[in-house]
Amino acid sequence: MLDIVLTGLNHTTAPVSLRERLAFTSDESAEAIETLKQDPSISEVMLFSTCNRVEVLMTARNGEEALNAVKLYISRTKAASIEDFEPHLYTYYGHKAVRHIFRVASGLDSMVMGEPQILGQIKEAFRITVKKKASGVVLNRLFHRTFHVAKRVRTETGIGDSAVSISYAAIELAKKIFGDLEHRKVLLVGAGEMAELAVEHLIRNKVGDIFVANRTFERGLELATRFSGQALRFEEIPSALETVDIIISSTGAPQVVIGRDMVKQAVRHRRNRSLFFIDIAVPRDIDPDINKLPNCYVYDIDDLKGVIDENMENRMKEAVKAERIIDEAVVFFGRWLEGLSVVPTIVDLREKISAMARMELDKTLSSSLKHLPEKDSLALSRMMDALINKILHDPILFLKTKSSHRDEAAGLSLARQLFNLDETE
Amino acid sequence: MTMIMNAVPSLAAAGYVLSTVLYCVYLFRQKDILQRTAFVLALSGFAFHTLSLVGDMIRLGYLPVLNLGNALTLSAWSVAVVFIVFRLRLKIKVMGIYAAPLAALTYIASLNIPEIPSETPQIFKSTWLVLHVMMALIGEAALAMACGAGVLYLIQEHAIKSKKRGFFYSRLPSLEQLDAAAYTSIVVGFTVFTLGLILGLVYSKMVWHRFASWDPKEIWSGISWLVYAALVHERIAVGWRGRRAAIMAVIAFGLLLFSFLGVNLLIGGHHGGFTPWTAG
Repeated sequence: MLDIVLTGLNHTTAPVSLRERLAFTSDESAEAIETLKQDPSISEVMLFSTCNRVEVLMTARNGEEALNAVKLYISRTKAASIEDFEPHLYTYYGHKAVRHIFRVASGLDSMVMGEPQILGQIKEAFRITVKKKASGVVLNRLFHRTFHVAKRVRTETGIGDSAVSISYAAIELAKKIFGDLEHRKVLLVGAGEMAELAVEHLIRNKVGDIFVANRTFERGLELATRFSGQALRFEEIPSALETVDIIISSTGAPQVVIGRDMVKQAVRHRRNRSLFFIDIAVPRDIDPDINKLPNCYVYDIDDLKGVIDENMENRMKEAVKAERIIDEAVVFFGRWLEGLSVVPTIVDLREKISAMARMELDKTLSSSLKHLPEKDSLALSRMMDALINKILHDPILFLKTKSSHRDEAAGLSLARQLFNLDETE
Repeated sequence: MTMIMNAVPSLAAAGYVLSTVLYCVYLFRQKDILQRTAFVLALSGFAFHTLSLVGDMIRLGYLPVLNLGNALTLSAWSVAVVFIVFRLRLKIKVMGIYAAPLAALTYIASLNIPEIPSETPQIFKSTWLVLHVMMALIGEAALAMACGAGVLYLIQEHAIKSKKRGFFYSRLPSLEQLDAAAYTSIVVGFTVFTLGLILGLVYSKMVWHRFASWDPKEIWSGISWLVYAALVHERIAVGWRGRRAAIMAVIAFGLLLFSFLGVNLLIGGHHGGFTPWTAG
């Protein structure tokens, strides 16, 4: 019987210094898979490595041996002694390994709960495994189910619904004010990593013109070119306020850059259309009193953090629903896996063929052969049993001996498919 | 046949009430299927309601618009018409949260007002009069939708401005959408209401040989009309929008509601046929 084994380390079990030492690039993963699949104790293998985790998932006839092979390989290629990383490893067998991979793919095990990138990373890792022909019946099925579960979690729970980064939170708010962000004009005041990130998100939401006002015009020009926008001088901010809709500010100025009176003037000229100020600077660039003006909304960094905290709580609540979906999927997968061993497959096969034959025999005996005496019908039924035994002799022999030599799961899966033994689910 | 026709008002009321219930559930559990089913229920309520009105028309030979019961059932019908049209055009899903209960309450109230048998004077059987009443009511229904959108705007605006967000924040559409919905409702409602008032004046000229008789309902309707006119004017002239426009839409509708119900219940006048027990 094959065992599913998973081992690895992540951001909760290992410090970043160790994670970066053990991380695999995609070329290295391909090479690792190539080497590991040659190991006699491992029948299928998949490896994935992100900045927060390195994990190896295998099916093996002997889990312990397969694990040792992996540890040796890591210590050899990464020039680390096994004692260095072994205490940080977690190892799961069977349904616990299945549950772990479902949880990881759904983002439940991520540093930022519910983040969606991990699923793409796992898909990529699985692609490499398939390319290297290191996956068989079990892993193929397992990943098919994994992607399905992750998708269900995403669509049926609100785990990825609300923003948990500053820039996303700001955009979510902008959407609650303006609805559609298409063609809304954006003014970036000052430059900073977070502000630039927010502008990039806005561009993805198809905003209109982008203006950049910076103390040093040259730096502003540089940024404006990058966003295919227009650079403004600092003195031009008041007039820009008459046309733009979203202002993102992150200057290093010690005092307020945009004051209440400046905005009050602009509001009149823009006929009261809404203005949304996102102030990421500390100390703040935008007078908080502007929030009191009609149709003006000011969110500073603490306000945005408040939004994120609240959204994070919602994600935690949604995670409970996600765990339930995963529990269910683990049970289903377990059932499928159990069927993949010799004895139940032989039983299923025998039952299916007997039931079919019995049904046909009964049909004939109760209609066109109704006149047969009981003795004769018993003889017919005995003949049928003998026939079934003869027919099933070779397939059962194949299942019992040949298939268990190399890839047991493949032979069993073939038999189950050939006779269509997994009709449900 | 009569038995079937007798069941129709109950079916209409059931449609409106069930729609209201589902819209309330939708507010808590944001499943799209709830909201879609609620809308279908409102549609079926409306269909039965229309059937019942057509039945009345066939039985009486004219559309009864005389008393408060008639006026309320027509108001409920107008609210339903306006809601259905707006819901399809404006795509604001939560609109049903105020439109459905409004239609349901108004309709149920109309069913529970005792019918006072009275001789209907010939002047209340005119097509002009029916048009005057229907236009005024449809206009008022649209203005009611504006008031609802205004209230939602104020809730959402408070959620964003106070930075507290809370229950409604994720459940309501954006400020821009709510503001646009309120404004569209006001423009449509104001236009139709104005036409309704003009028809009333013309009809008054025809039967009483004067445009206005300055009875309280006319005066209060006139005041509401002026407030709406000011609102539309300010929007076009200086871009009044957002919170202030929403508050105005709510206040103006309060005035309108008073001229619709309050005047009859408290004051009187030649529109007093609505409420014969108060007419002096």
